[in-house]
Amino acid sequence: MDEILEILEKNGRAEVGDIAKMLKKKPESIKQSIKKYEKEGVILGYKAVINRELVKIEGSSVRALIEVNITPQKDVGFDKVAERIYSFAEVTSCYLISGTYDLLLIVEGKDLNTVARFVAEKLSPLENIKGTTTHFLLKKYKEDGMILKHREENKRIAISY
Amino acid sequence: MSDFISEKVKNMQPSGIRAFFDLVLGMKDVISLGVGEPDFVTPWQIREAGIYSLEQGFTSYTSNKGLYKLRLGLSRYLKNRYGLEYSPDEEILITVGVSEGVDLALRALLNPGDKVLVPVPSYVSYGPVTELAGGIPVYIDTSKDGFKLTTGKLLKAIDEKTKAVVLNYPCNPTGISYTRKELSALSKVLSAHKLIAISDEVYGDLTYDFEHVPFATLPGTKVSTVYLNGFSKAFAMTGWRVGYACGPKEIIAAMTKIHQYTIMCVPITSQMAASEALESGKKSVEEMKREYRRRREFVIDGLNRLGLRCSRPQGAFYAFPSIKTTRLSSIEFSRRLLAEQKVAVVPGTAFGDSGEGYIRISYASSIENLKSALARIEIFLKKRS
Repeated sequence: MDEILEILEKNGRAEVGDIAKMLKKKPESIKQSIKKYEKEGVILGYKAVINRELVKIEGSSVRALIEVNITPQKDVGFDKVAERIYSFAEVTSCYLISGTYDLLLIVEGKDLNTVARFVAEKLSPLENIKGTTTHFLLKKYKEDGMILKHREENKRIAISY
Repeated sequence: MSDFISEKVKNMQPSGIRAFFDLVLGMKDVISLGVGEPDFVTPWQIREAGIYSLEQGFTSYTSNKGLYKLRLGLSRYLKNRYGLEYSPDEEILITVGVSEGVDLALRALLNPGDKVLVPVPSYVSYGPVTELAGGIPVYIDTSKDGFKLTTGKLLKAIDEKTKAVVLNYPCNPTGISYTRKELSALSKVLSAHKLIAISDEVYGDLTYDFEHVPFATLPGTKVSTVYLNGFSKAFAMTGWRVGYACGPKEIIAAMTKIHQYTIMCVPITSQMAASEALESGKKSVEEMKREYRRRREFVIDGLNRLGLRCSRPQGAFYAFPSIKTTRLSSIEFSRRLLAEQKVAVVPGTAFGDSGEGYIRISYASSIENLKSALARIEIFLKKRS
């Protein structure tokens, strides 16, 4: 992987000038590469990783993992059905997976009821959906490589040979 | 009370740097670029192996030489990586870091009055440990030669009492390393004068611009080289204290004799973790190395921009810029930078008199830290001009 991506994946706020220095390139060339990645959809966006355990955000305090069994549609397979599902704003992630069910969704709602209603009223009635299993998320330990527990910094002595 | 202390120890150079170090340690909110160890935590799978070994009840001594499994792993690792062949039975000894390896090698080799050549600026222990072992350190100033030992200077320093040369590359504090060609020239001088090379290559895996060449891989050198390496730097395992010494079996046997009386063996937990590091640590090492390399570019660029001229370090995680334009001594520069801007660096003189006019900057620190530190150094320099 291009080192620009490696740097940005770790720190989306890394500045062009700093990246240029780190890679010994001209800022202009870094800028162009990043633009290209953004245009090609390699870089999809930049966002802060927020530990929601520590903040109450209106309307999204409950999460559920939902397994969905679907009947693939003729010609377009799973993709078309998936699109109808992931287009709901409540669905924050949607994966096609192998195994005993087909889609794995992560759905967010402000409380248990909201999520349950979404499943009952929006998701289940969809054509091609054979069944769903909902798992409410109780505690998050790690997400996308980030450990949520606040850990003490590695304490090195400030000066040594 | 001081009457109790041996003359030898009393006469050991008291580090003039100690007071400065105490100053740093007593201060809060300092950005420290003075740290001689990685800022990464040991990769998890290695830590896990240590924990697991404790759970399994591995709490005993190991053989004096170290766990066979680890020696075997090292033997294979060195062969695969460098084509360097050492028998796990007779030519590898597991030590408490490279520090112990240096001590053992010198004590095993030196007779009273033997001279040991030490290119300086250098890591702090070589000279004092030589003296403790009854030898005489002879310092070779490399500051006029881009911090590289030249064959000319080497030849000039050799006399009939010279027994060994301590090499350290990539070098702490300068980050300087040697190409195969340069090493080859040095090795010819050593061979011609039948000198032993004690080669501290603990930063070898952190070489950025070319492949690291272990001294013992050069033609004819293996029979007279003690190759010292360890897990501290590349695997971010400083606190585990695991190093290793490889060399001709007679020398390793002699070193093992001392080791068995003074150390017995390296803690088994650490050895088990080190063994795991060899098996699965490669990816983590590469990742950390890429990160250090990026920081190196960042820091060198920053220092040169500030007018603190800095030659390009080829390895380790140190930059060794000149501060001569400020007309301050190394210690004075460091003291004032700490007092005025709360940035800690190590004065070059900590590594020998020839480090005067330089400071050591460690870039084993996040880009954010390095950036803030450089900004503070800039303010410090502007206020002076």
